[in-house]
Amino acid sequence: MANENLSVWTSIPFWRRSAAWVTGFASILLIWLTFDTMRQISMGTDNDLKNGVTKRVPAPTVINYHIDYKMSQKRGHEVPVIGKKEPFFGKEWSPKEAKELLHLGKLTSQAKNCMNCHTLLGNGAYYAPDLTKAWLDPAWQKGGAMQAMTGKNTTEEAMAEFLQHPSKYPTHARMMPNLGITEKEAKGLVAFLKHMSSIDTNGFPRNFSKTVDQFKAGGTNAH
Amino acid sequence: MLTSIKTNSLTNEGQKLGMMYFRVAIVLFGAQLLMGLIAAIQFIVPGFLFEVFDFSVARMVHINALVVWMLYAMIGSVYLMLTDETEHNIVAIGLGKLAFWVLTAAVAIVVLVYIFIQVGSGSESTIWFINEGREYLEAPRWADIGIVVVVLIFYWNVFATYMKGKKTGIMTVMVANLMALAGLYLAGMFFTDNISMDQYWWWWVIHLWVEATWEVFVGTLAAYALIKIIDAKREIVEMWLWIEVLMLFGSGILGLGHHYFWIGTPEYWWEIGALFSALEPVPLIAMFVHVLYDWGKEQGINGTKPAIKNGPAMAWLVTNAFGNFLGAGIWGFFHTLPQVNIYTHGSQFTAAHGHLAFFGAYATILIGMMYYGIQRSYGVERMKATFKSKMAIFLITFGVLGMAVALTIAGYEQVLVERAELGATWNAFFTAQNLPWYIQAQIWRTIMGVVTFVGFIYLVWDLVTIGKEAQKEEA
Repeated sequence: MANENLSVWTSIPFWRRSAAWVTGFASILLIWLTFDTMRQISMGTDNDLKNGVTKRVPAPTVINYHIDYKMSQKRGHEVPVIGKKEPFFGKEWSPKEAKELLHLGKLTSQAKNCMNCHTLLGNGAYYAPDLTKAWLDPAWQKGGAMQAMTGKNTTEEAMAEFLQHPSKYPTHARMMPNLGITEKEAKGLVAFLKHMSSIDTNGFPRNFSKTVDQFKAGGTNAH
Repeated sequence: MLTSIKTNSLTNEGQKLGMMYFRVAIVLFGAQLLMGLIAAIQFIVPGFLFEVFDFSVARMVHINALVVWMLYAMIGSVYLMLTDETEHNIVAIGLGKLAFWVLTAAVAIVVLVYIFIQVGSGSESTIWFINEGREYLEAPRWADIGIVVVVLIFYWNVFATYMKGKKTGIMTVMVANLMALAGLYLAGMFFTDNISMDQYWWWWVIHLWVEATWEVFVGTLAAYALIKIIDAKREIVEMWLWIEVLMLFGSGILGLGHHYFWIGTPEYWWEIGALFSALEPVPLIAMFVHVLYDWGKEQGINGTKPAIKNGPAMAWLVTNAFGNFLGAGIWGFFHTLPQVNIYTHGSQFTAAHGHLAFFGAYATILIGMMYYGIQRSYGVERMKATFKSKMAIFLITFGVLGMAVALTIAGYEQVLVERAELGATWNAFFTAQNLPWYIQAQIWRTIMGVVTFVGFIYLVWDLVTIGKEAQKEEA
């Protein structure tokens, strides 16, 4: 190979140049796609919500709305559906308040290391349930086992109560430990979970709405 | 004990520094396995250390020790090869040693805080001083900044030595790849309330490390090791290396898309992620073929004389070539298409792939480099595998493979029952987790974890004794 190259296929400079071109091209394509994705996944605004503009990641004030997860015939999978206004912890949150609450919730989710037991958007550890659509879980709705266990009347209050005293409400031998979550932090976490459930995850987790429908129809989903 | 991984025959300061990194790496490797055992036991005995040392803590230290021991062993390997390749002494060896001690002190503090403080309040100060709560990148922000400084010193040593010395193809790839590897860490150093945005950039670090730059790093190490261990011809090795870079980056960079199926990102990632990540196994096949081809060729040229100068290093190198293909390639391809991944995403399937891929692609070759470092440290011409070397490689490989198979079975069960049948709710999750087949799989995983740990004990025992034995035999 030190002599004249008989073939381009055994030429180091050829492969070096090819490697550089392919890497450069792939990198540029990735950066270009990143710009587009950034645009599509940056948070919406309160006005988007008011005007019914669908964003992949809605504004923090989405916590003031009812959220559902429904099969879309057009897209072939389930999508979050933002419905009418509903109180969250008994009130409507202004854009500033909602933003602060979500900020506290996201910070707490990291500070308490949620991701090393649970998955968020499917990423994390596999020791505890996925939290992507936890807000919509039938167990937390009126008539659901978790809400009943905490003795609270709304999904958000039940979740907040559980988060503050998880080992008081064991559902299985595998329990969530007490992480010293305060009442304020618990509210933030619930806002974070409600917000996450409104994110358009292209149908992940699949079948989630099936169990919700079964639950509403009085059926049982898992025993 | 670890000081018996001696460096007496080394005259080059860079190689001595490399051995220092290896010593810490092996300790952290042990810590990783212990934490893994605790976490595995918690799957089958949920009350084990509950509210004392919870799963989240054990798992955090498990995966952090993994990443950090690998980075240590990677830095160690680079210091080991730097002067060989560039034929130039390392430019700032004193600074390099200082960086080693600073990094090691920082790692010790971070681990102690993880273990004893565990979690903080929901505030910025927790992110800065306790833990960042983002899988694999849990290191608090102060440590992030410290890591960046230390890595800059390391990179300066590599870059400046390269610029002053001989510029081989292997070192050219190494220098360019390390810049990307180090730079990518910055993508994980910010906070956002937007979880989709958070995960988008988080994957830039994780994926572009383990499925792009780390893989190229492995290709570079393998190229160097083949030259050193079996006298492979540099021209052939370097040509393969460029082909590997082409294929690894050509598939791996846009293969990043397979993490963007379900985190809020647009649908076009389905097609891009599926296509490019499906191509990711191709370079891994090429790397396997390359190692075996060179081995056979050198053996053929040498005739009856064995071509291999370092038995255990070569054994680990071949395990790497196949393990990379099997763990990263096959196990990754299993669930990379969105049509499958919508069910398997975030299940024990992922854990199975993670175990086999990190082991096959990285642990193996880094252990091989440690054996090579010991050969150099003792100045022996030929280092044959001992009984302990063979027990180590057999038990560790068998153990990890067993864990991966057990987790794959657990994954099947979880995916079909929790995801497909019941729809991924809280109840669905626990129903699947409590089925006998799932529990059985978790028990087998724990048993195989113990097998791996016994193998690790053999490995450490071998690493601290093999050099001396080989020296005695040669003398």
